[in-house]
Order: sequence, then C-alpha cells, then structure tokens
Amino acid sequence: MVLIKKGAEASLYLENWHNRKVIMKRRLPKKYRIPELDLMIRSQRTIHEPHIIHKAKEAGVPTPTIFMVDVAEANIIMEFVEGKQVKEVLDHVSPEERLNLSSLIGRMIGRLHKHGIIHGDLTTSNMILTPYGKVVFVDFGLSERSKELEPKGVDLHLMKRTLQSTHYKHAKECFKAVMSGYAEAVGKEATKKVTAKIREIEKRGRYVADRG
Amino acid sequence: MPDHNSANSYCLGIESTADDFGAAIVSFEGKVLSNANDTYMPKEGGIHPREAARHHAEVAEKVLAEALDKAEIKPRDISIVAFSQGPGLGPCLRTGATAARALASYLDVPLVGVNHCVGHIEIGKLATGARDPVTLYVSGGNTIVSAFEAGRYRIFGETLDIAMGNCLDVFARAVGLRQRRGAPFGAVVEELARKGKKFVSLPYTVKGMDLSFSGLLTAAVQAFRSKKGSLEDVCFSLQEVAFSMLTEVTERALAHTEKPEVLLTGGVAANKKLQSMLEVIADEHGARFCVVPLRLAADNGAMIAWTGILAYKSGMSVPVEKSFVNVKWRLEDVYAPWVEGQ
Repeated sequence: MVLIKKGAEASLYLENWHNRKVIMKRRLPKKYRIPELDLMIRSQRTIHEPHIIHKAKEAGVPTPTIFMVDVAEANIIMEFVEGKQVKEVLDHVSPEERLNLSSLIGRMIGRLHKHGIIHGDLTTSNMILTPYGKVVFVDFGLSERSKELEPKGVDLHLMKRTLQSTHYKHAKECFKAVMSGYAEAVGKEATKKVTAKIREIEKRGRYVADRG
Repeated sequence: MPDHNSANSYCLGIESTADDFGAAIVSFEGKVLSNANDTYMPKEGGIHPREAARHHAEVAEKVLAEALDKAEIKPRDISIVAFSQGPGLGPCLRTGATAARALASYLDVPLVGVNHCVGHIEIGKLATGARDPVTLYVSGGNTIVSAFEAGRYRIFGETLDIAMGNCLDVFARAVGLRQRRGAPFGAVVEELARKGKKFVSLPYTVKGMDLSFSGLLTAAVQAFRSKKGSLEDVCFSLQEVAFSMLTEVTERALAHTEKPEVLLTGGVAANKKLQSMLEVIADEHGARFCVVPLRLAADNGAMIAWTGILAYKSGMSVPVEKSFVNVKWRLEDVYAPWVEGQ
C-alpha cells in the first residue's frame, strides 16, 4: 500500500486489488476529534460519497468506478484514474487550451448542478485531466444533494476562490470560461440566477467594499 | 525622515476597531516597548458601536500616556504613527483615527493606515518567528484561514456568517453566563467545557473551505434549553464541534499550500483546546505550530505599530486628508510588499 495523497479529510493509497490498480480512500480517525464526533463524520461521509459518485455518472459527469465500500473501517476502494490534477496543468497549458479546459469544467459542474448534485469542494486538486481529454471529478467527500440556488452559488464561489488563490494569473478569464461552459449545461436563465447568487455570496463575505 | 533600522526609531500604534482601545510603542527593530489597553465592558448585550466609541474617546488620553510612560519615551521620540484603518466598527475606528491624525499632525511625522487583520498575522509572525505560515485568525469579528501568495495574504477559507468568537459570545450570553474583566466569554466557556463529559450531537458545517457557525449556535442554545446535557456538556460539545471544523479547514489549507508553519492568532487563539487540536495537524503535516502569545492575542496596539513599521519601510504612508477609515477592508485587498523581502 503506497500513500499517494494525504488530504485533510482522507488519505489516498495506491493498491493492487485483484490485479487491478486501485485507489483506496481511507478516512482514518482524526486524533484532534473526540471519538463520537470522529466516527459520526467518517461513517457518514463513507456512505454518502459512493452514492453521490454514482449519481454524478447518471448526470454524465466522469467519476471513478467504485469497487467496494467498507463502512465500519471507513474505506472505499475505487478506480485509479490515470491523468494529472487540473491544479498542476491549468497554469502551464496554452491560453486556448486553458479556456477550453475551464469551459469543460464549467460544463461538468453545470451537469452536476442540473441533477441536484453539489460537489462541495470544487478545487482544481479534485479534477483530473485524463490523457483522453476528459475531466474526471474526484473527492465527493463534502458533496450534498440539493436543487437550491444557495448551495450551487456556494459551490461555484469556491471554484472562483480557488482560481483566485491558486491560479491568480488567469483567474478572471478561467472563471469566465467556467461560467460559459456552465451556461451550456444549464441554460442562460439558470446561469444568470446563479451568477447573481455568487455576487450576493461575495457581498455577504465580511467586509466587502461594495456591500453597503 | 526616521532611520529605518535604528533601535531609536519608534512607532506609536493605535488600535480601536471594536471594544478595545489600545496604544503601543514598538521599535523599528520589532521590540514591543509598551502595549497599553482599555476594554469597553457593556453592562448588558454585545458591543454598542457608539457606546464603545464614547468609551474609547474617554480613555484615549490615559491609554496613550500609559504607552509612552511604560516605553520610557517622550512624544517627540515617536517617528511614525500607525492606526487601524479597518475593518471594524465605524464609530470606534474613527475615534482611533482621529487621535492618530491629531498626533501625527502635531508631531509632524508620517501617518500609516494598517489593516487590522494583517496586524493580527504580522504580530503573530513577529512573536513566534513564523515566516510563511498558514494562518488561522479567529476572533470576535473574524474567522479566516489565510496564506501568503503573490503579494497578498490570500483568504483560503472564512466564515459564511458569524465569527467563531461571536458564536461563543452570543451562546454564553444566551445561556446566562457573565464575562469578567480578564475573563472574556470565550475563557468562561472554555473553563466550563473542561468539566463537560457527555457529547451532545450538534451540526457540523464545513462547506469546502468555508465555515458556518450560525446553525451550530442555535442548536447549542436549544440543546441547553431542552436539557440535552448540562451546561458543561453543551460547552464541551460546542467547542469540540466548532474547533473540529476550524481544524479541518486549516488542515485542508495546509495540505493544499504545503506551507512549513501553522500560525494561530486573534482573540480565540488564547483557547488551549483549540491550540492542542491545531498542534496535532501541524505535527502530522511536518509543519511547525506557532501560537501568538496571550498578551498579543486579542486586539492590541502593538500589532498595529509593528505592521505600520513594515508598511512604512516599504514606502507606504497615508496623507492625513486621505486617511479615511474603511469599515469593510478585506484582508486580500491589502498589498503587502514587505512580506516577500523578509
């Protein structure tokens, strides 16, 4: 078992499982949490994540195949997705590819939202660009089911914030492309509404200059 | 012009964003010579901005004199005057700003406007020697996870509604607790939480990198009123849930940025339980855990003075006629050129 990513919420191990290269997602107990709270958070997320990953596939968004779920140990065994994190790629591709990639990401987010799936952690570390040009969405650990406008806005707001903090050189154009891709999936009216929501959430953030 | 590196150059820092009026003298080498303070204590309820501002105006002369006395310098020895320009409560900010403008004009020295949030981060760095940390800044008015990238302290996560300290304060008032001078609500809740035994389930709300405390606050008050546990149990559970949320988001930022340090700053940094939880994640990620010392945790003049010095050394100052306060000044709007040169 090789540790490939130690995340804040779970650790990913690369493993050979019945002659398959798989990812084992383990939600190890967090020493900083009391056992009652720790167990509650870990088991809830372990049940919830494979379920919503399946729903995402139904919505037409590439996600890893789930092979096994072990609630008692809070482990999930899933497909190893070949490719690179969008976080590593986005700043280093040509301007045209960057916009295409952003727009594709936006289209996928649109499909999720249209089917009532809120990813909950839309950072560029959680998107994998495959050699075939697909973007596979991973880590649905914080996702939720909702058709409400508010969580959709929060979801996209996080995407915007990730671009601003991690890909600040291209944040503006990338987010614009994300939103145009999003519009292709959900339509212009729905995009208008969520854009207004994002603005509102930004203003709600403390101490925004133009809030008052 | 003051000599930039001289131990004989001093900055007077004035802090007045909320319920504290603080004045401090810090030398240009980063030595805190004095750090005087007077806190407005409302008879009931939270901070009334106008009443707090009235308090600040009343104590300003006394606190400023104390800062000079303790530092053993005369007004003429002051090289620059720094003040907290925002974010914060308008009337309170304006009271401190008025004092700062008057002194800078009278002494004929440069005036430097300082962002209060940057102040908390910089004083934490100065006191602990942290150079490039992921910072968790938690106080009565702010809950921010930040790290420095390309000229600015970027916000990686923050509260979507009320601040951590505010959540504890309102909870404490709602269940009938009283704060004492030297023991703010946070400390009272912490004391009770230590005696709590039973965990009462409360909502845990992390949205990606952001946090929400308003639902947790309501549920905690209801848990107490419906006797789901003793007051001690509810305090214990409230802290466990809220601090687990803060720790999870800080760990997320740490995993994402791979910074070498974790810095805890702001008034809630005084909480030992929160300190111990963050220390665990810092250790696990091979980062050094740094916590601002208690005397510099809550709002204080020293953090304003020190940040004023850093900004001034980078050529930043503000003419009196343009020194308006900015009550909604966001952390990431501050250009901080001094950080990269450190």
